[in-house]
Amino acid sequence: MQETVIPAAGAPYSTFLYVLIPLLPFLGFLINGLLNRKLSGTVAGAISSLAVLGSFAISVFLFLNFQYQYTVTLFDWISVGSMQIPFSYQIDQLSLIMLLLVTGVGFLIHVYSIGYMHHDENVGKFFSFLNLFVFSMLVLVLGANFVILFIGWEGVGLCSYLLIGFWNKNTAYNNAAKKAFIINRVGDLGFLLGIFLIYLTFDSIQYAEVFQKASTLQIGTGVVTAITLLLFVGATGKSAQLPLYTWLPDAMAGPTPVSALIHAATMVTAGIYMILRANVLFTLAPDTLEVIAIIGAATALFAATIGLAQNDIKKVLAYSTVSQLGYMFLALGVMGYSTSLFHVLTHAFFKALMFLGAGSVIHAMSNEQDMRRMGGLRKSLPITFITFFVGCLAIAGIPPFSGFFSKDEILLHAFEHSKVLYAVGLFTAFLTAFYMFRLLFLTFFGEFRGTEEQKHHLHESPASMTLPLIVLAILAAVGGFMNAPFFLGEENAYLANYLAPLFTYSKQLNPAAFGVHADHATELMLIGLSVGAGVLGIILAYVQYVSRGVRPVEDGESRGLLENLIYHKYYIDELYNALFVRPIMWLSRGLFRYVENGIIDPIVNGFGRLTMGGGQLLRYVQTGSVETYLILMVVGIVLVMALNFGKF
Amino acid sequence: MLTVLLLLWPVAAALLLHFFKGRAARVPALGAALVEFALAAYAALTFNANNSGQFSFNLNWIPSAGIHFAVGMDGLSLLLVLLTAVLVPVILLSAFRRNFENESVFYALVLFMQTGLIGVFTAQDAFLFYFMWEVALIPIYFLAGVWGGVNRARVTFKFFLYTIIGSLFMLAGFVYLYFQTGPSADGLSAHNSALASFYALNLTADTQMWVFWLIFAAFAVKMPIFPFHTWQPDTYTEAPAPATMLLSGIMLKMGIYGCMRWLLPVVPMGVDYWQNLVLILAIIGIIYGAIIAIRQQDVKRLIAYSSLSHVGLMIAGVFSLTQMGLQGASIQMLAHGVNVVGMFFIADAIERRTGTRNIADLGGLTRKAPVLTVCFLVLLLGTVALPLTNGFVGEFLLLAGVYQFNHWMGAVAGVTIILGAVYLLRMFQRVMLGPDSSFTETFTDLTGSELALLVPLIVLVFWIGLFPNTFLHLSEGSVMNILNEVVKR
Amino acid sequence: MNPNIPEVIQTVPLQYYVFFAAALFSIGVLGVLTRRNAIIIFMCVELMLNAVNVLLTAFSAYRADPNGQIFVFFIMAVAAAEVAVGLAIIVMIYRNLQNTDVNLLNRLKF
Repeated sequence: MQETVIPAAGAPYSTFLYVLIPLLPFLGFLINGLLNRKLSGTVAGAISSLAVLGSFAISVFLFLNFQYQYTVTLFDWISVGSMQIPFSYQIDQLSLIMLLLVTGVGFLIHVYSIGYMHHDENVGKFFSFLNLFVFSMLVLVLGANFVILFIGWEGVGLCSYLLIGFWNKNTAYNNAAKKAFIINRVGDLGFLLGIFLIYLTFDSIQYAEVFQKASTLQIGTGVVTAITLLLFVGATGKSAQLPLYTWLPDAMAGPTPVSALIHAATMVTAGIYMILRANVLFTLAPDTLEVIAIIGAATALFAATIGLAQNDIKKVLAYSTVSQLGYMFLALGVMGYSTSLFHVLTHAFFKALMFLGAGSVIHAMSNEQDMRRMGGLRKSLPITFITFFVGCLAIAGIPPFSGFFSKDEILLHAFEHSKVLYAVGLFTAFLTAFYMFRLLFLTFFGEFRGTEEQKHHLHESPASMTLPLIVLAILAAVGGFMNAPFFLGEENAYLANYLAPLFTYSKQLNPAAFGVHADHATELMLIGLSVGAGVLGIILAYVQYVSRGVRPVEDGESRGLLENLIYHKYYIDELYNALFVRPIMWLSRGLFRYVENGIIDPIVNGFGRLTMGGGQLLRYVQTGSVETYLILMVVGIVLVMALNFGKF
Repeated sequence: MLTVLLLLWPVAAALLLHFFKGRAARVPALGAALVEFALAAYAALTFNANNSGQFSFNLNWIPSAGIHFAVGMDGLSLLLVLLTAVLVPVILLSAFRRNFENESVFYALVLFMQTGLIGVFTAQDAFLFYFMWEVALIPIYFLAGVWGGVNRARVTFKFFLYTIIGSLFMLAGFVYLYFQTGPSADGLSAHNSALASFYALNLTADTQMWVFWLIFAAFAVKMPIFPFHTWQPDTYTEAPAPATMLLSGIMLKMGIYGCMRWLLPVVPMGVDYWQNLVLILAIIGIIYGAIIAIRQQDVKRLIAYSSLSHVGLMIAGVFSLTQMGLQGASIQMLAHGVNVVGMFFIADAIERRTGTRNIADLGGLTRKAPVLTVCFLVLLLGTVALPLTNGFVGEFLLLAGVYQFNHWMGAVAGVTIILGAVYLLRMFQRVMLGPDSSFTETFTDLTGSELALLVPLIVLVFWIGLFPNTFLHLSEGSVMNILNEVVKR
Repeated sequence: MNPNIPEVIQTVPLQYYVFFAAALFSIGVLGVLTRRNAIIIFMCVELMLNAVNVLLTAFSAYRADPNGQIFVFFIMAVAAAEVAVGLAIIVMIYRNLQNTDVNLLNRLKF
């Protein structure tokens, strides 16, 4: 397999074809942005959907005709000495899969948005931002070096900012947008420093060259550990892991299709994409992998517990996203690279599905997001209900839905690596099933708890919204079969086999840790356990919220201590506020008042005053009396003469 | 000869401008600036990036002292001449929206200043450099002192004194160095002040250590570097918008250019000795300026502190003495010039419409002014160094350079990308977004002429961001020459 | 003894001229310092100038060098001009103040 890793000669098609992939959404962005209010919502939506569809078509074409990995150089972007950064694409298995995911799911969400954003006055702006996002994401996955990746990386951050604060009249939304951008920037700094260190270590930032040089290093090289830790800091920011996850739940301020596309299906997986890209480096740094696995598992558990007590339908989904991203990092940490990407894909299907379903619910409920005001919606929203139910089954890991396959593979990898991580993962799977079905039961079962007016308006969403739901539901249901479990035979693990060339170096470097060695009996036992955990969660949720009809506590009522802690998200936001935001604000004021205006400027002005004061004092020598002047003059002359006496 | 033409044309135009009174001076002033731009563009097109020192001109100015009127351009000079030639028409155009007394004098002073600036960027003789350095200072004193805000007298006086004291130290340094040089080529003088003779000096390390501070004093105040910056926020706030643009867009680049041309290669051992100290001061400036900017209420003052932060990074890049750092500083000078002029123009546009610069009073303006919002956002993104905008290339190279010199310094300097986002987004949000303020109802979007001014800037934001090599190639040779001079001794 | 210098001149030793000029100069200085009438101060200044003239002439003669005496002519010419201007000023002061006391002229102070 070695020979396929090194890029073969040229690209098989004209460069123009590759330029077109991100260019189409970019043109959509320009058209919609420039003609913002002149186009009707449907036309704007159609333009941007078609743009994404065009990219999708090219991606499918490339995917079907893919033979070998290659790079396409468009132009030289930055060149300073040996820091050569060409603007180039890398077409390989990973970028193709991500292309399909971004444009495919992106297209469905664009179509959905036509219906969802129909009533908004700034539809054109919305679609232009959405297209800009797709553009950035495509640059991110296409880039052939770390800096091009960084372009997309920052670009999606910008779009996320613009879209979270889309309804910019609301200060809370604007704050959420700002928070997302700034926390992402914290991660970006780590990423940027990682890029610098890569350049200084390998004298290149081009993937092919870096990985080629890296593959000759020893496992555990210190500098590679530093590089990977820095890159991982970047990933925690973008992919909302501990400790930088707090922006993602707040990001739900944006319109729901945005939450589906950016904050569930694509952008937040950029961190995982980046680590997969640099898997050689990470394989070289087992310490970093250990950190990643622990942070991933901790995030998965942590976010799942918060998800238990949230009442906002989108917040529950947001925490579930954070938790699922934690799973993906757990998979990366235990070197289940292709498994991680597998979960990225299945998660994109079912989480996009559920967000869009939630959007459909919110749409029907006249912008109500609180589950305490919902209930019994399955009668009025049948399609939404069924598709949502499929999504819940998938995320709960019930066979044969997609989530079962990917989550199971992650747990299998974790089990081989460490029993503790496995236990955390299994427990999280139980929690996930519980809170997702809690959401399902509270929303779609029982009696309607909203106002009469809301009840009057309840309606199933238009076809432009339900159609994407149905497509995604099908994908969420059967998507798992693209990578069948091992006991069904290795040859059926299509995805893993397809991706294998990406991990050639990693496999060579650390064959022991790579792949799964458990026998089929163990594997089946683990499957049984995880399915059991999922079913147990569902049953408990059913007992609690359907049989016993328990309702979440209203805001005024008192909660138990633990419940209160969870409901308030462990007070992490407040903690960060006290630890970082307030001190910086305080420092800003303090520096300005006491250092700038209290020390530095007074010193500068002090020199001025000293001169003025000196002049003021010396002024008194000018008595105006001629006699005094004369006496001083004579005394001076006599002194000069006396001092120089005998020197002539 | 072209350089001489570039130098003489603005001052000639400034003198001719006295024949026009009031508003009638607008068109000729702009025309003159555009001619100057055309000359600079012609220079750029005919410039050969592989050769150093082109368009040279050498006149024996004071033969008995070995002082020459020697000018010429290499890539670095050309970049800054281009920046000046691009920004001056923009700045003149921005002044057209204002109503003030003695318009023709105002424009004449701007053009006069252009001569000084171009002189600084092209001078090849120490005394000519010093002369031009002061020539550039005089017009800005009057621009800020006559047409400025309420506190203009006190503030411009402080600015003037501060910078001139700095330059006097530089003069002393130059005089000292002058007496170390050999006789002039024509043998009429025992010493000469040519740039090349300064480069060829053989000074002991001890001498260089203190001569460094004499020369650096002028640059430190002008750039400014922490803690010599306190004139800056006051002056930027009080000066009229066009003067602020001149100060921040072009004038502070004099300091950075000065460091690259007249400090690093002249006293390399001194630079080597003080390198860490200057880097630490620069990095303190980066963080300090950014943190203070977070809580500022006055838009102009906020941009002033952000400028302090950005300049800190450029200084750090220059003093990292790496190719990336110096190249980053070269391109960032352009980028910063474009961005900061645009930002100040937008601050001015908002102030003209609402009568206030106070962030707390503004808000919700985007609903009435989508075009202004887009322009503001683009310039802001350039300033926060988003990839594919001009700020990114510079900051990326600068940070890489500093990181190459010292990992920890690079990491601390990098905090600027976080803090930059904090204060700029906060300002953007409070001014443009959020609930309607009392000004939202009557606010109007950009007019055609205002847009005509911003469009070139926005084009430059993306041009430098997308094709930085256009400019990086120009300065590459000069930067390598400077680094070679530094390494040689 | 310099043989070029006429005997006549040498009959009075140089020291005498020096002492005389010093005395004259000191009188002038004391007069300038103690008197308040502008005209008398002015005369004392003239006295000091003449003390210097005497010295210059004496040294000139003893060294057989005419330069010193040429200087004296210059000083006398300048002093004459000075008197013209100075007296005119004093007259103006008198016209304005009806007095020539220099202590009244103390307006130029802090």
